Amino acid sequence: MTMIRPAIRTGEHFFNGDVACAEGAIASGCRFFAGYPITPATEIAEAMSARMPEVDGIFIQMEDEIASMNAILGASCAGVKSMTATSGPGFSLMMENFGLGIMMEIPAVLVNIQRGGPSTGLPTITGQQDMMQARWGSHGDYEVIALSPCSPQEMFDFTIKAFNLSEKYRLPVLVMADEIVGHMMEKVIIPEKKDIHLISRKKPAVAPEEYLMYQPEADHVPPMANAGDGYKVITTGLTHDEKGYPAMNAEAHEKLIKRLCDKIIKNRSDIIEYEERYIDDAEIVVITYGIPARSTLRAVKDARNAGIKAGMLRLITVWPFYEEKVFELAGKTHALIVPEINNGQIVREVERSARGKTKVIPIRKFAEMHTPQEIFKVIKEVSK
Amino acid sequence: MIHSEVHPMDSLIRKDRMPHIWCSGCGLGTNFTCYLEALKKSGIPLDKCVIVSGIGCAGRAPGYTNIDSYHTTHGRAIPFATGLKLANPELSVTIFSGDGDLFAIGGNHFIHAARRNIDINIICINNFNYGMTGGQFGSTTPLGSKTTTSPYGNYEHPFNLVYVAAASGAVYVARWTTIHVRRLASSIEEALLKKGFTFIEIISPCPTNFGRRNKLGEGLDELKYYRNHSIIKHFIDPKEADLTLNGEIIVGKFVDIDKPTFLDNQPDLSQKQDNKVTKT
Repeated sequence: MTMIRPAIRTGEHFFNGDVACAEGAIASGCRFFAGYPITPATEIAEAMSARMPEVDGIFIQMEDEIASMNAILGASCAGVKSMTATSGPGFSLMMENFGLGIMMEIPAVLVNIQRGGPSTGLPTITGQQDMMQARWGSHGDYEVIALSPCSPQEMFDFTIKAFNLSEKYRLPVLVMADEIVGHMMEKVIIPEKKDIHLISRKKPAVAPEEYLMYQPEADHVPPMANAGDGYKVITTGLTHDEKGYPAMNAEAHEKLIKRLCDKIIKNRSDIIEYEERYIDDAEIVVITYGIPARSTLRAVKDARNAGIKAGMLRLITVWPFYEEKVFELAGKTHALIVPEINNGQIVREVERSARGKTKVIPIRKFAEMHTPQEIFKVIKEVSK
Repeated sequence: MIHSEVHPMDSLIRKDRMPHIWCSGCGLGTNFTCYLEALKKSGIPLDKCVIVSGIGCAGRAPGYTNIDSYHTTHGRAIPFATGLKLANPELSVTIFSGDGDLFAIGGNHFIHAARRNIDINIICINNFNYGMTGGQFGSTTPLGSKTTTSPYGNYEHPFNLVYVAAASGAVYVARWTTIHVRRLASSIEEALLKKGFTFIEIISPCPTNFGRRNKLGEGLDELKYYRNHSIIKHFIDPKEADLTLNGEIIVGKFVDIDKPTFLDNQPDLSQKQDNKVTKT
């Protein structure tokens, strides 16, 4: 007889990041996964195909990533926490309906185990090349939330964080990992159920006759009725008013777009998370996210040992971008160094936020992780 | 007041959204009413009924329906509806959308949902062209027909939708026209109550675009054409039910079979722990 594993596998495990992500989703209460096989995210689908039947959830392998994205939005509208996982090419296919999730305000989690692009690129090799696509990949004006894990443990933790943010702010949230984090195996600690903090979407507090699908509360987020709850939900990807009725005019459009953006912008202090190391007296700060953060920390420690006042700002939330913090650092440092596994994407945000107050130096790397020595070398050169 | 009477379908429509956007002579109003009538007669609790669409003229129907309604993106109603149904099997999920939406941009989703036997109902309004964008040819436009993107006559072979549906695995396949109101309404009711992936094609007039460019006359003339040229042939091989521009229209029920759905075939793991679906 097969041993049925519990939903929350409390204890110590040796997982790769993809499997840790799947376990994080299940621990978050995710009971619907739709996906399409793609390297290097396939292990998430494989793990979910084994785990969903164990926890009375649904695993469905869709015909493509367009369908996967839509299926998770539909499932979430029926009240079940839902996730999909993909990599570059699939991420591109998901973008139109990622926008539908933004417009209809549907909680869900989209995981991108990044690889090299454009096009088929490097299917089996790492990259951080979809960071700007994460921000701007769908058409129109909107704000997103994207988290960047740097270890299998964080794949577990940040997937839970992503579900909580998606439920709280009613939008699909992105977990922007990469092939190294997805495939590396490390210790992952799964806490006890009571120690996992979960958030569920606000439900309407009024009778169905009085309920308006898109009437926001003070936090700019409207309560959400699920299909089958008796609220006669009306929702559309068209620009709509508070009732959810199509409203084809400039005034309604401005009102809606501003609110969709405001619910992220005005809640930035609640959403943004980061990690600072050796930052207080730092004259050189390395701004990093995802897997290069691990080389960065070592490089910064080496710099300190060499008498250089270096520090690290690690962005846990890459979007919304923590521009106030970067501006503040720009005012009191000689240089900001930005290592990325791409041709320089987030460094543009750093430059924009620094507003010319300090030097901004990218360390561009392709299809492999920076070594600590490579980052240390740049810190040392700048410190001269 | 002249319009003081209560319309029998009033409880099922969002009256404050009237007037609708559909053109004079369009078949959609009649088709939509047939759907509402079927919904009412089916006896399914309305709170458990959901209508989903993609984009196009037909795609506006959910916005007029006074039940849970989802107007999604172009071509994507089927995967969205798949998520709704699988996440809450208590829901009765119907897609009301057009031929371009379901079979051109959304064709891949159609064949796979039918293959999987997802327990959803598809009502496809086939007006042989993209009405919303002004009348371009699509995957159902008969050979030789004039549209704004086939000014010399369409040179592509069209899909025979009932044949596609049957070949893809639908458990219920029927075709009617807008003039077959009673047969259509009872066919939709039958599909709503049928377990598995059901498909109903409605041949419907688009006098503003397709009809005008192909000299088919007013909406009423198209309905007369349907009356005079439709032949009911239940359970014939849908392969034989091809449509042409000025030919006969074979209608009827072609497939009505039973087989396990996607949910019926889910693995049943014994000794389940307390891991029940968490509704959020």
